[in-house]
Amino acid sequence: MEILLAIMTGILYAAGIYLILRRSLVKLIIGIVILGNGVNLLIFLMGGLVKGNPPLILSEGKALEGLYADPVPQALILTAIVISFGLQSFAIVLIKRAYKVLKTDDIDTMNKTDDIT
Amino acid sequence: MSEHLTIYPILVHLITAILLLFFWMNPKIQRYISIVGSAAGIVIGGLLFSRVWENGIQSIQLGNWEAPFGISMVADTLAVSLILLTNIVAFALSIYSTENMVSSRVKFGYYAIFHFLIMGLSGAFLTGDLFNLYVWFEVIIISSFVLLTIGGRKIQIEGAVKYFTLNMISSIIFLTGIAMVYGATGSLNMAELSRIIPEIENKGLMQTISLIFFIGFGVKSGVFPLYFWLPASYHTPPAAVSALFAGLLTKVGIYAMLRVFTLIFPLGETNQIILMIIAGLTMFFGGIGALVQKDMMRVFSYLIICHIGFMVGGLSLFTEVAIVGAIMYMFHDIIVKATLFMLGGVMFRIFGSTRLYNMGGMMDDYPKLSFLFAIPLFALVGIPPLSGFWPKISLFSASYTAGEIAMLVMFIFASLITLVIIAKIWNKSFSTSDPKRERKLSFKYFNDFSFAEKAAYVAPIILLVGVTLYYSFFAEHFQMVAERIGEELMNTEHYYNAVYGIKEVSEL
Amino acid sequence: MKSLILHTISITLLPLLILFSVFVLLRGHYLPGGGFIGGLIAAIAFILHAFANGLKETRKVLRIHPGFLIPVGLSIAVLSALAPILMTGDPLMTGLWYDKDIAILGKIGSALFFDTGVYLVVVGVCLTIIFTISESV
Repeated sequence: MEILLAIMTGILYAAGIYLILRRSLVKLIIGIVILGNGVNLLIFLMGGLVKGNPPLILSEGKALEGLYADPVPQALILTAIVISFGLQSFAIVLIKRAYKVLKTDDIDTMNKTDDIT
Repeated sequence: MSEHLTIYPILVHLITAILLLFFWMNPKIQRYISIVGSAAGIVIGGLLFSRVWENGIQSIQLGNWEAPFGISMVADTLAVSLILLTNIVAFALSIYSTENMVSSRVKFGYYAIFHFLIMGLSGAFLTGDLFNLYVWFEVIIISSFVLLTIGGRKIQIEGAVKYFTLNMISSIIFLTGIAMVYGATGSLNMAELSRIIPEIENKGLMQTISLIFFIGFGVKSGVFPLYFWLPASYHTPPAAVSALFAGLLTKVGIYAMLRVFTLIFPLGETNQIILMIIAGLTMFFGGIGALVQKDMMRVFSYLIICHIGFMVGGLSLFTEVAIVGAIMYMFHDIIVKATLFMLGGVMFRIFGSTRLYNMGGMMDDYPKLSFLFAIPLFALVGIPPLSGFWPKISLFSASYTAGEIAMLVMFIFASLITLVIIAKIWNKSFSTSDPKRERKLSFKYFNDFSFAEKAAYVAPIILLVGVTLYYSFFAEHFQMVAERIGEELMNTEHYYNAVYGIKEVSEL
Repeated sequence: MKSLILHTISITLLPLLILFSVFVLLRGHYLPGGGFIGGLIAAIAFILHAFANGLKETRKVLRIHPGFLIPVGLSIAVLSALAPILMTGDPLMTGLWYDKDIAILGKIGSALFFDTGVYLVVVGVCLTIIFTISESV
């Protein structure tokens, strides 16, 4: 399972970077979204996979016992997802606006700010 | 109450921002709240600084969870001095924004976002947890996106697309690094990491992770191959926003580098060489870039990159003297870069443009202002006894004693190129006679302003110039602070003991 | 969108979904749920209403501007985080618990108020985003 998820993380990173390198703005955003998911999967993987042992303290126990899933990556991923949710919604509004104002979605034509005038 | 002082710099700006959100549609009240909030920020920053100065590093465990499990907030001398400087700049900028920001932009929530940004900065400086640092970084960049696009002019949107993409990617790289650190060590608390990492045998992996962090922070601070977003976006928003970004945002990247590469991954031989090469190239390309630009704001943007090289260079030498130099340079740079962009905004109002060939005759028309503006410009070059001079002594001597002559040459080159650029700006805009300028009709020039409006533009510049002069003539105070920071950074046990609440035998 | 089925069902679903979101908010401390998810569910309820009846109707149902929920929620969250500093002198965000059970709700503590704040902020932010996007189309 770890191998499978590791390969999946690799695929997500590769796909994300490939899309970022394209010239279209929409593909850029999709690429960033995919990269973000890749990172979340990586964090999940880094916590170690434990099957069927949630980190719950049962009512008769006082502390966690035996093998249990690491709860920290879940908290990290949840935070990362919330943050990327905010950023991505901003990004979508931004590219919509950029398309309206600049009348193009080709990144190569966006070179006004780098002109030496 | 006062034992929680460590957390107050964050809270004061958060509460200010919430208050501002309640007065969303009322720009006038927002201006007052913002000024009061920033002033309170200075007071709290000063209190915290004096407390840390007297009692050593302060730490607090959020939610009362013990050290490696919860999130620690750690106020060491580096963090508190940066917070104090941040709050001073923020105070100046909230006065400056009263006139520089038109009401329609204030109605989009400019002031609230401004305070969220300062809150993010304070949080990033204070936090003792790697993932929490990431969260504060995101608070900073989300706020900066909004500030960058507020107003929505064509050029702003275009700059924002570039800024957004690169910063987003850098966060993702940073998060990747965090994931790998967590996988390798099972901890994210910086103090605990400083003990775990040296004991890990897989040095190659640690090297890789540290470079991933370097790339992440490098994008934020704008080092050589990763800086292209910076000159593409920093000149697009109004001067107040540019000044905020120029003074503080890139420095957070440098702060994170200083923290991570002293505490968690102390620089090894290989990383030192990599950082050195990158610092040299940053200074070179930043300087060259600034030389060819013909617009004042863009020249300043490239100068930011050029001077980031000084700080990365100081870090890369990794001796106490060099780190002291880098930190002193950082203090100087925060104040002066913010001042530069603010005076850029004033000159835009005077000439109706920031292009160099549209300027001229400042000296004849506004002799007092010219004198005022000369101070930050010359401080930037480092003409003794102004503030840029003092950190360079430490940096030059450190690179000489370390035997890194190439680094020394680059430092001198960057100083010279700054001198050339400032001389060019001085020549063009101050000493040449006034070219026959066409007056734009629907544009409010500086001499149309009422006294109050002029004061709102100039008073904050006077404030920051005052800080620069204080730095210039009482540099030994800053030197003392920087030396203590250098000592704290190089001996990580102080930080560790503070987080874990271990009492230190007093040696001061 | 003009659809009789969606229109009819959305009016019934709106209060049900909001009730469900409150339920998810309240069970969040020991079981899956919490302020963020609850807020999203409430936001979805309003968005569904907006799809079926148009933005104007939804704004009427909401009565207040969704942006106003953001500072309200933030101040509730900040106050609950500040409560330990003000009341017991513990660090920020320490959980304070009222030691008696309250009917239906069970034990309440500062975490519940924090979650309520998060709930309001999430509703406010989501609705502001969606309303802004759909208005500018």
